[in-house]
Amino acid sequence: MTTTSVAPPTPAAPAAATAISERKQDRDGDGQGRRSWWGFAFAGPHTIGLALFTVVPIVASLVISFNNWPLLGAHTFVGFGNYAQLLADPIFRTVILNTFLFTILYVPLNLIVSLGLAAWLTPKIRHRHIFRVLFFIPTVTPIVANVVVWRMLYQPGGAIDASVQTVFGFHAPNFLADANWAMIAVVLMSVWQGFGYNMLIFSAALDSVPENLVEASELDGAGAWTTFWRIKFPLISPSVFFATMMTLITSFQVFVQPFILTKGGPGSSTLTLVQFIYNQGFQYQQLGLASAGAWVLFIIILGITAVQFIGQKKWVHYE
Amino acid sequence: MSSGIGVRPRTAAAPTRPVKKRVVQRTTGQRVKSTIGYVILCLIALAFISPLIYMVATSLKPAAETFTTPPTLWGSAIVWQNYVDAFTYLPFARFLVNGLFVAIAGTAINMAVAVLSGYAFSRLRWRGRNTVFVLFLATLMIPQDVLVIPMYVMMQGFGWVDTFQALIIPWAFTALGAFLLRQFFLTVPQELDDAARVDGAGTVRTFFLVMLPLARPTLAVLAVFSFITYWNSFLWPLIVVNDVNAHGTIPLGLQQFFGQQGSQWNLVMAASVISMVPTVILLILLQRHLVKGIVTSGLGGR
Repeated sequence: MTTTSVAPPTPAAPAAATAISERKQDRDGDGQGRRSWWGFAFAGPHTIGLALFTVVPIVASLVISFNNWPLLGAHTFVGFGNYAQLLADPIFRTVILNTFLFTILYVPLNLIVSLGLAAWLTPKIRHRHIFRVLFFIPTVTPIVANVVVWRMLYQPGGAIDASVQTVFGFHAPNFLADANWAMIAVVLMSVWQGFGYNMLIFSAALDSVPENLVEASELDGAGAWTTFWRIKFPLISPSVFFATMMTLITSFQVFVQPFILTKGGPGSSTLTLVQFIYNQGFQYQQLGLASAGAWVLFIIILGITAVQFIGQKKWVHYE
Repeated sequence: MSSGIGVRPRTAAAPTRPVKKRVVQRTTGQRVKSTIGYVILCLIALAFISPLIYMVATSLKPAAETFTTPPTLWGSAIVWQNYVDAFTYLPFARFLVNGLFVAIAGTAINMAVAVLSGYAFSRLRWRGRNTVFVLFLATLMIPQDVLVIPMYVMMQGFGWVDTFQALIIPWAFTALGAFLLRQFFLTVPQELDDAARVDGAGTVRTFFLVMLPLARPTLAVLAVFSFITYWNSFLWPLIVVNDVNAHGTIPLGLQQFFGQQGSQWNLVMAASVISMVPTVILLILLQRHLVKGIVTSGLGGR
């Protein structure tokens, strides 16, 4: 569940918009139904649950981050003390850099692979639903299991090393213990396990590109490459925007892959922000510091989302 | 914006799409080219899935043959005993039952509250409806990682640390379901409500007799998302469960198993296979619904 609870701000916007337009309709009074208490009864359980288990914790999280709050025992108010401590901590700086490095490597790779395969799997491809399901499998299997399998592949003497030895006669690098390779190993594993979502989204979007546009472009003598970038890509750009944003957000929350592959090592070369939060909170039992780290993550995510929304005007085409 | 993300993919997910017959006969050259392309695609797919094939193969190998150079796919014998051992070294049956219980209970609560609120947000009129709905959507922006620490403090307060209810309740109220169900109910014609009302049915009867049966496909999508999310969940169980043997779910058990039997790769792989079976079965059985749900909402289990 490491990367589940984020959801795209994108559907939020249109839904909010429709909500507002509906309100206008209501005011016009077309007479469909009257206000009643049933609404409260029906929405009540979900609203109370969400308030208790999401709204209260998010506020509490901010409060905790302003306190020295050990796992057990009394807490004291320290203002911005935790944030100051984080910014002064060289490990925290490494963690931020690692998390950005992961994102910079992971997001483009994920998008290239998923977009490439989605473009390849046109409806003309035989049995394409089998390919789709196949590429989607690792996104539904427990991420812990996926990572454990890759741990065995990366192991010295494991499948990759043994294959390299057989073919080339020398050892493959010790991927998980070599500071130069560990992050790359984590990224490759993550792409393998994660690109299926974006591939499905792109594939569905490409299916709905009107065929006459594609045929017109081909009649004009455009090759497949030109047709893709000039015709199809602009038409699916809203989906690409949406997928890019989701992938960015989830990549900042990467946890299980480095946690099980390398435990953040060697040294702290694959220590990411969420593992730092986990370690602070439940190894060193400093919930205040951990909450401050979590808020740094939240602010980064909000910032990236805002930048994306501003930047989208340049390349995203809505009908 | 809604047109781009919501509507377009949804039409694409429609089950059957008439594929136009190519009128122009393709030349032999083109046919050879597309065959080569298809072979390459199959090879990519094979390379992609090879870690999972290797996992299954290793889970059936004798312990001494898990690491060999040159690598082999199958060992000298098929050792089904590995699966028996995986169940006896750690209480893996217990993890399976715990995982199923937590996932099913959580999914049931999530479906119940979401279908009610989705209905309230789409078909009922009440004061503050739009404000509350916008708040629901806003909570979708919050990453789980920001919530786990205050949630843990809350569990301490409730005395719920290391209990099943701590695994189930806190995540049973995510807003995704309300969003999915609301989108569905908005597509149901108003005439159905009116007809039920004319027949003398009140709000509750209309909901249970007319709307709930209609919502079954959407509820199925939500159920699968919710089940997979619970089943695969790792960070929260890692934090809130102390006694893994009593309250551990599959991912937690697998991690512990890996820690203890790290050198017994054949057993670790057998345990991994076991953990993957339920979700892969769900995926294969419900692929069409899942695809539809993902392109409609863009999320779920992510």
